[in-house]
Amino acid sequence: MIPSRDLFPDRHAISARHPAIMAGSRRNQMIGWAVVALLVALTILALTRLEFSFARLGSGLVQLGTFLGLMIPPSPGTQLATFSKALAETVAIAFLGTLLAAILSFPIGFLAARNVMTNRIVQFMTRRFSDSIRGVDTLIWALIWINVVGLGPFAGVLAIMTSDIGSFSKLYSEAIESVDRKPSEGVISTGGSSLHAVRFGIIPAVLPVLISQTLYYFESNTRSATIIGIVGAGGIGLHLAEMIRTFEWDRVAFIILMVLVTVAVIDFVSSRLRLALVGKRTTPV
Amino acid sequence: MSHATIRLPDHQIELLSAGYRREMAQKRRATLIGIAILMLAVLLSGFVAEVRPGVLFENIGKFTSYFGRIFYLDNGQLVFTDVGEWFWGFWKWGKQLVDTLLIAYLGTLFGAIFAFLICFSAAVNLTPRAGIRFAARRYLEFCRTVPEIVFALIFVVAFGLGPVPGVLAIMIHTIGALGKLFAEVVENIDMKPVEGIVASGGTRWQSIRYGVLPQVLPNFASYALLRFEINVRGASVMGFVGAGGIGQDLIEAIRKFYYSDVSAILLMIIATVMIIDIGTERLRHRLITMEQGR
Repeated sequence: MIPSRDLFPDRHAISARHPAIMAGSRRNQMIGWAVVALLVALTILALTRLEFSFARLGSGLVQLGTFLGLMIPPSPGTQLATFSKALAETVAIAFLGTLLAAILSFPIGFLAARNVMTNRIVQFMTRRFSDSIRGVDTLIWALIWINVVGLGPFAGVLAIMTSDIGSFSKLYSEAIESVDRKPSEGVISTGGSSLHAVRFGIIPAVLPVLISQTLYYFESNTRSATIIGIVGAGGIGLHLAEMIRTFEWDRVAFIILMVLVTVAVIDFVSSRLRLALVGKRTTPV
Repeated sequence: MSHATIRLPDHQIELLSAGYRREMAQKRRATLIGIAILMLAVLLSGFVAEVRPGVLFENIGKFTSYFGRIFYLDNGQLVFTDVGEWFWGFWKWGKQLVDTLLIAYLGTLFGAIFAFLICFSAAVNLTPRAGIRFAARRYLEFCRTVPEIVFALIFVVAFGLGPVPGVLAIMIHTIGALGKLFAEVVENIDMKPVEGIVASGGTRWQSIRYGVLPQVLPNFASYALLRFEINVRGASVMGFVGAGGIGQDLIEAIRKFYYSDVSAILLMIIATVMIIDIGTERLRHRLITMEQGR
């Protein structure tokens, strides 16, 4: 606040001359302070309820420091082949899961889009369906699919697929809803059916957006696929959790490095693909 | 109608349509090659991931029957017949859910604060020095790429069981995710106010406070709210590795086949996530309209 007085030495004179403007900003300031007070109160409540203490944080940080020391230098020990195979499995899980989800979500996205699906009930039900799927985390889906197809990477593929159907349906339908209506109106006005309108009026416009979003998810799914092994659904996660539990910190560090490099490579490849397929476009949020 | 249009001489039409056919053939070939590569990748990854469609079709009944089973109580009645029995642990799970929300809240808040402190160093228009920018970006990338559950696993060993490692894990992941988004917002600002403040002798802090912040704050808040929503989902599974919240009870119910408990806890999680979803969407919408109204 002090610098503002330095920049505007006659601030009081200004506020006397323009009371309306200054009063408005004061109201905003009050709202701002109220929000900050609320956030601080919630923080204090949370810190006490979740039993945070400096002693605990301190001793934990010391422990963490020891682990970090033991992580250097990262080394795979004798398990380089095992880790590599598990990592390949992880990438395969992410790839197949994303692809299957994209294929299955494509029709669902149209059902959930307000401008295509004129039946409100179907549209509403589809929306709630995808919301429920998204409410359940990938790890939970993995546990459920393990009941069906047994332990192993196949359950991981199905888990990634299921949870992505929820996200893709939402993203796709939003993309379809925000499409320009003029092309499909043109198709209808020249005697095309509503199916023609979708095929020639909507799909060409939304396809690049959908592909770009799908490629973006491929990268984030690679990260999800690294952890579903923790519950037994294949991939590198199983080894990672095991190494952490047995305090093999150099191997933990090695696996994390492997994952980082893999994700970076996939990020690079998918952004190149995105560029080649749909031209320059900002990544969706 | 046709006599109204001017018809090109035949040899010219032929030339043009031959060119058209050539172009289209080339495009089709490119598409076919793309599809072939995609199919190859599918087959390869299907082999690596041990995909067995047979097993899936054979056991798909288990998937649907699982959802059937979780809606039956121990006494064989449908859950809706005795809601009191179905939600017998309502207050216990409710408390766990509150803990989950608080874990997500603290993780998001602290993560957003640290992301805020770092994002200006990662933005190319405010930090022209490549070295600092490179370091900030790689750090954010690291935080973002390592999944929060992995941090949680490590922190559980270091800090002990309970919500503390969960909060720290979510915080670190949030730093990475929000830091990147914040930096992108900062890179898209109008630089004129910043230049004005620098030109009139303002320091870096003053140029950020009066030149950058007013432009980016609504966007920052909107991204933080979106992240909070994502973190609630993340916090709901932190208990899987012993890092607090409702996940502990959920994985126990799944592992020990307490079917009706699974559906009750899942419904509570889904309802909470939906409420948060709608609430944050409203708030974000207001923030965005505020931003556009400026």
